Amino acid sequence: MPKTMFDKIWDRHTVVGGGDGQSLLYISRHMVYDSSFHSFEFLKRRGLPVKRPDQTFATADHFVSTLGREISAIEDPESRHVVDLLHTNARDCGIPLIGLDDPRQGIIHVIGPELGIAQPGLLLVCADSHISTLGALGALAIGIGHAESTHVLATQTLWQNKPKLMRVTLAGTRPFGVTAKDIALAIVSTIGVSGASGHAIEFAGSTIRGLSMEERMTVCNMAIESGARVGMVAPDETTFAYLDDRPFAPRGTGRDRALAYWRTLPTDSDAGFDAEVSVDAGNIAPMVTWGITPGDALPINSTVPDPTAERDAESRTAMSQALEYMDLTPGARLTDIAIDRVFIGSCTNGRIEDLRAAAQVARCGRAVVPALVVPGSTPVKRQAEAEGLDRIFIDAGFEWRHSGCSLCVAINGDTCVPGERCASTSNRNYAHRQGRGVRTHLMSPAMAAAAALTGHLTDVRRLEGAGREC
Amino acid sequence: MLKPFKHLTAIAAPIDGPDMETDVLFPSRFLKKPLGPEYAEFLFHDLRFHADGTERADFILNQDPYRAASIIVAERNFGCGSAREGAVYSLVEYGVRVVIAPSFGDIFYFNCLTNGLLPIRLEAGPVAQLRRHVKELPGSPLGVDLEARTVTGPNDAKYPFEIDPSWRHRLMEGLDGVDVTLGHAAEIDAFEERYRADMAWLFNGDP
Repeated sequence: MPKTMFDKIWDRHTVVGGGDGQSLLYISRHMVYDSSFHSFEFLKRRGLPVKRPDQTFATADHFVSTLGREISAIEDPESRHVVDLLHTNARDCGIPLIGLDDPRQGIIHVIGPELGIAQPGLLLVCADSHISTLGALGALAIGIGHAESTHVLATQTLWQNKPKLMRVTLAGTRPFGVTAKDIALAIVSTIGVSGASGHAIEFAGSTIRGLSMEERMTVCNMAIESGARVGMVAPDETTFAYLDDRPFAPRGTGRDRALAYWRTLPTDSDAGFDAEVSVDAGNIAPMVTWGITPGDALPINSTVPDPTAERDAESRTAMSQALEYMDLTPGARLTDIAIDRVFIGSCTNGRIEDLRAAAQVARCGRAVVPALVVPGSTPVKRQAEAEGLDRIFIDAGFEWRHSGCSLCVAINGDTCVPGERCASTSNRNYAHRQGRGVRTHLMSPAMAAAAALTGHLTDVRRLEGAGREC
Repeated sequence: MLKPFKHLTAIAAPIDGPDMETDVLFPSRFLKKPLGPEYAEFLFHDLRFHADGTERADFILNQDPYRAASIIVAERNFGCGSAREGAVYSLVEYGVRVVIAPSFGDIFYFNCLTNGLLPIRLEAGPVAQLRRHVKELPGSPLGVDLEARTVTGPNDAKYPFEIDPSWRHRLMEGLDGVDVTLGHAAEIDAFEERYRADMAWLFNGDP
């Protein structure tokens, strides 16, 4: 019986069940972070120990200051307290802690792959939806709630109803200036923000095969924005090469055994999916969002859409409300939208390739609005500094910070001023996401850097020097 | 121990807007708050309150009789986006026991179940009817019967719904998932031993 990659990993981890109802799944590795204090609190109330501390990994990212690596750099006492709680809970439970001052620290979805914690064929969970990022390595990475996280801490298992499977196939050569973020936004706007609800997505096709590991992570990261709880890409030579010499990845004979397993994982050629979607990558342009869901995305050379042109009443209302919140006029050119602030970072676009792309644009000018560059992890920061990217950003008037979630979730002290308009490389543009009344436009790192130089949304392909030496 | 759920007859509030993200149900600045009754205040906070903390009269939960709602009738893709369980804690603390919508964010849906809140998926047509009823007849209660798997509208129209049988059982008995799972401890331990042997490269000591 031909099987999908999803089914192979699901079946490999099924302890109880296997029918249409719930299955009890064994969890390979579980990531906890500073918001996990609820999960530890529930565990404590039950008086239960952590079953497998050695299969649990802890790091702080959401509430950490990007101004310094000391806990005392966190100004807000409640935020400082939850970071403290993570450190205390990890220590009390014997969980390996990647502390704030650890050179391996970073956003949990950035360090998961970076440290080799994520590997093909594993079942990974975290009480944060963007764990879907780790599916880029051919793992099954499921976002869960805090109560479910408690369940995993106590039992190393989780009850799950099996989702349906959707394959999203991308073929075609992406045009000049089109990044993984543009692909991700194009996919979300094609499927819609609930189009993949109840599904796990496997991304496939020649375009996906041609992406680097980091680019695949950006695409899988935003699977959740289509409603899918899981996004994944079959492991291949790109994946295996990426994992070489990662701290938690196998070496020597262990690697040989792992490879033998990893090579069995790709979906069998005649396995069926519940839904199939095709996207022509050759038609994707650099994208920006104009509205208040990640599906409200258009090519940068478009105009603000007109609600009166929408066919059904529900879409008209939703679009009108989005434009009212965003303070945009139908028909206006997207490139005429002035911005107040730029954020480059997050688990979507905080990796080294993202910072290189942004720096290549930043070196051609000077920021005319406040622009924040926040590496996704401390190793990314160190690497960028070794390549001199920090100097490029600083010389161009961008701020260079320590790693963390920062302005993506905007709860660590990095904030926008209420009502501001922010060009952001993060993943969500819902109303008030980056602060009260803040209007978020999602885009790629290169596009965000371009917006910083011009003060308005900008087609990076038309920017002097973009893609060339300047 | 969760509060068992079998039947409920209660006031329902219609919440407007598709793709209602958990960020909107529970703004991120409350993520750091310890659990407690205060969570009731965080629910839909920025829709319910002005920046100075006073109520926004235009929000449905600030209007009588909807203020006392224990059922919410929402639009499609309710609770999408972030995994934040605070969205569910705040609904529970507010006194909401049932959310009805054509579809839910997947993680939100399961967070409801694990916290003893019943999420009910109905077709878009019936949900639109229920939303119209509760708007036109404020305070006229809806009935929810988990045993019979039906929602009863103000005109006694019955809408059947589906739910996974094991989740239904857990909700009706108020069972905690951890307790259920600990009953499988022997199977888990046996599985784990095999798994750790077969996938030994994962467990050969930390770097």
